[in-house]
Amino acid sequence: MHRLFVALVTGWTLAANADPFPSTYQPLPSSATLITNATILTGDGQRLDEAQLYIEDGKISSIGAPEAPAEDMTIIDAGGGWVTPGIIDVHSHLGVYPSPGVSAHSDGNEATAPVTAEVWAEHSVWPQDPGFSRALAGGVTTMQILPGSANLFGGRSVTLKNVPATSYQAMKFPEAPYGLKMACGENPKRVYGGRKQAPSTRMGNVAAYRASWIRAQRYIQDWEQYEQKMAKQRAKGDEDESSSLAAALIKPPKRDLELETLAGVLRGEIIVHMHCYRADEMLTILDMAEEFGYQLGTFHHGVEAYKIADELAANNVCGALWADWWGFKMEAYDGIQENIALVDRPDNGCAIVHSDSDEGIQRLNQEAAKAMSRGQAAGLAIPPERAIRWITSNAAKSLGIESHTGTLAPGMMADVVIWNQNPFSVYAKAQQVFIDGALVYDRNNPALQPMSDFELGQLRGAGR
Amino acid sequence: MKDKLLVLLLLLGSQLATAQDLLITNATLHTQGKNGVIENTDVLIKSGRIARIAPRIATNKMIRVINAEGHHVTPALFAGLTVSGLSEVEAVRESVDSSYSELYTDLMHPEFDVRVAYNPHSSVIPITRVEGFGYTLLTATRGDRSLTGQGGLVRFDGGYDSFEGGPVVYVQTSGRSANKVGGSRVAHWMLLQQAFAEADGDQDADLLSVRGIEALNAAREDGIFVFAADRAADIMRVLAFIEEHKLEGVIHGGREAWMVAGALAEAEVPVILNALDNLPADFDSLGARLDNAATLHEAGVTVIFSSGETHNARKVRQVAGNAAANGMPHSAALAAISTVPARVFGGEERDITKGSRADLVIWSGDPLEVTSIAEQVIMGGIPDSMISRQTLLRDRYLPENPTLPRAYIQP
Repeated sequence: MHRLFVALVTGWTLAANADPFPSTYQPLPSSATLITNATILTGDGQRLDEAQLYIEDGKISSIGAPEAPAEDMTIIDAGGGWVTPGIIDVHSHLGVYPSPGVSAHSDGNEATAPVTAEVWAEHSVWPQDPGFSRALAGGVTTMQILPGSANLFGGRSVTLKNVPATSYQAMKFPEAPYGLKMACGENPKRVYGGRKQAPSTRMGNVAAYRASWIRAQRYIQDWEQYEQKMAKQRAKGDEDESSSLAAALIKPPKRDLELETLAGVLRGEIIVHMHCYRADEMLTILDMAEEFGYQLGTFHHGVEAYKIADELAANNVCGALWADWWGFKMEAYDGIQENIALVDRPDNGCAIVHSDSDEGIQRLNQEAAKAMSRGQAAGLAIPPERAIRWITSNAAKSLGIESHTGTLAPGMMADVVIWNQNPFSVYAKAQQVFIDGALVYDRNNPALQPMSDFELGQLRGAGR
Repeated sequence: MKDKLLVLLLLLGSQLATAQDLLITNATLHTQGKNGVIENTDVLIKSGRIARIAPRIATNKMIRVINAEGHHVTPALFAGLTVSGLSEVEAVRESVDSSYSELYTDLMHPEFDVRVAYNPHSSVIPITRVEGFGYTLLTATRGDRSLTGQGGLVRFDGGYDSFEGGPVVYVQTSGRSANKVGGSRVAHWMLLQQAFAEADGDQDADLLSVRGIEALNAAREDGIFVFAADRAADIMRVLAFIEEHKLEGVIHGGREAWMVAGALAEAEVPVILNALDNLPADFDSLGARLDNAATLHEAGVTVIFSSGETHNARKVRQVAGNAAANGMPHSAALAAISTVPARVFGGEERDITKGSRADLVIWSGDPLEVTSIAEQVIMGGIPDSMISRQTLLRDRYLPENPTLPRAYIQP
């Protein structure tokens, strides 16, 4: 039904199914839930002490006591703990570089050509990656799974709900736009330069991006011309039958998966997530986005983003950053621990804490805590209710899902974490995690701690 | 941040103090010794060493005073197994001096001693030191041989030869590292047995040079062997090897160490681990879990933490914090990144008692908490400038709307 509908709507334009691997996600069973006695960080900058949150039908129903509570409502006393939106990681390779990290599982980089916009990360996702359940125990409810950064155009990303499933389709965040992974700098030029092929320099990188965008522009034109011709013939076809036949004989341009994705960016349907470290390179990329008329989404890693925080804010571009990584390669040499806080400083700043790590994704709250504390020490006023945006609402904005999740407001998906204490602490633990109102993880209930097929039955007989 | 701590130069007499004389007042002192945590105490430092610990110490001469304002004071921390001073940028090969491979000799080289390449002026060292770290264990990292070389402890005090303790020889036994030695961990054991037989003089030397035999035997006299092993079965094999060859041995990795905690305790073999390892990263670590450190500690195994990182070595404090959050006593988690590594690897005692080196840190809060910051590091009684390349970059980009390019801001 859903597939048919999509085909009808878009069938004329690209003669293709725009959603060939559709989400089959269904929220797990839930009941109306009232969380009481909590400090609530709403995700959009507010902190509410001794507050309540009411969830019904999988949505946030109200902050505060419900006007008309459901009869079978579950009441959870948070015991003075803290409540936040579900944590969102905008940069994960779970599933595409899963555990165990054996070479047979290395599915994150199609490092056979520098431009592989035609590949989709979802086709590499192994839903049995034990990393998903570990991330869930850290309060992560939504993740963007990206291809790696070997290529200039690495392929499409996919945004997943962190629910256990046998397929990625059953995890796929309904209505989340696709992303396109792109990469600046050292990685592409090292991978391909090492093979004595282009690109081997940063200027080679930029030339290849631009050549690809030019082909994508042409692709769009070809399809537009085709559609115009068709429209003309169809208009004539109303008058005589031979024109109608002629219309049927007009050949559409050949579909090209790579250019479909690039065209999706130029049409504003696909969000660019750009791996880029150095400030000067990021400014080049902003100019290039202007040249080809697309809105850049988010710079990922950006260890020098602090040097251009104002430019990022002015261009409405987010910075998805680490709290403290630096020095592992030349373009990461100028990393500082105040990076996130400085990107957060300007009006309209969009700072995000990302992981890019199966360890980091388990404790994004701690990563955010480190960045918050560095900002505070540098004299910036960053209370927890502001810092939580870095792993909730700003991340949702980066993924184009901010009207669905990332904040605790009536009507939003009930993606919620109850923490045992202020989450900005090494001692904080996610006690209970809800996705669309369903309790999907409970630290005190082993029956609500999912385990992947891979882990089942391992090390039987081993013990203390 | 700085003004939270009151650094005073008190002129109380005509006698000039030496540079190392320092009084820390009003500290919450984590002695890591038999005195545990002492509240509201003063610490007098003379000639770079702890001279006295008592409340309200009166001094009658010119002495520098730091009021800790009740904050936590710990020994300067251990940065883990790193290649600090051996690696400027990890991916810039010509700036890294921690391993050998494809060497034309085809031998194993336990005499490959990374300490000869140590550069105390590397930007990595102040960047690590200002986060509260006073020393590390220099590591000969994985190349293509079962014996990857040797290193040892070094203090982050800027000295060219600030080494402590005896030689530490690194041994690979894991499946992942075996690719380079014939594709199997069996090859590791086969070659290691042969190399030790050669060092014993039982065999003609085919795997070791003359110097290599000397180095291996020297390490057997007064050094430590660090075996990289994660799988419980491999750890048991290491314990047998240590027993057979009468070595002082340490396990590094130890993701499945909790499964053989009793055997480790009985053999008195310490384990260096990353308490954040809880994923089956490979088939050697299917049993990785968050309470590994707590379980080992409870069984009586000596635990040391290492994050596996050099540039971000400061993360090991978060590693220890997470171990504490997952069942390890706070004091033991702190010891695992302060006093214990020095003790295991033959360095100076680092508990805060009279006569110890005054390598100390004053923290803004709980030293294992991620939001805490090292407010003042003291090395050998000398307060650190707390300046690193990263603090300078921060100070260059912190001012808003400068009139001139930031290249003119030289903090």
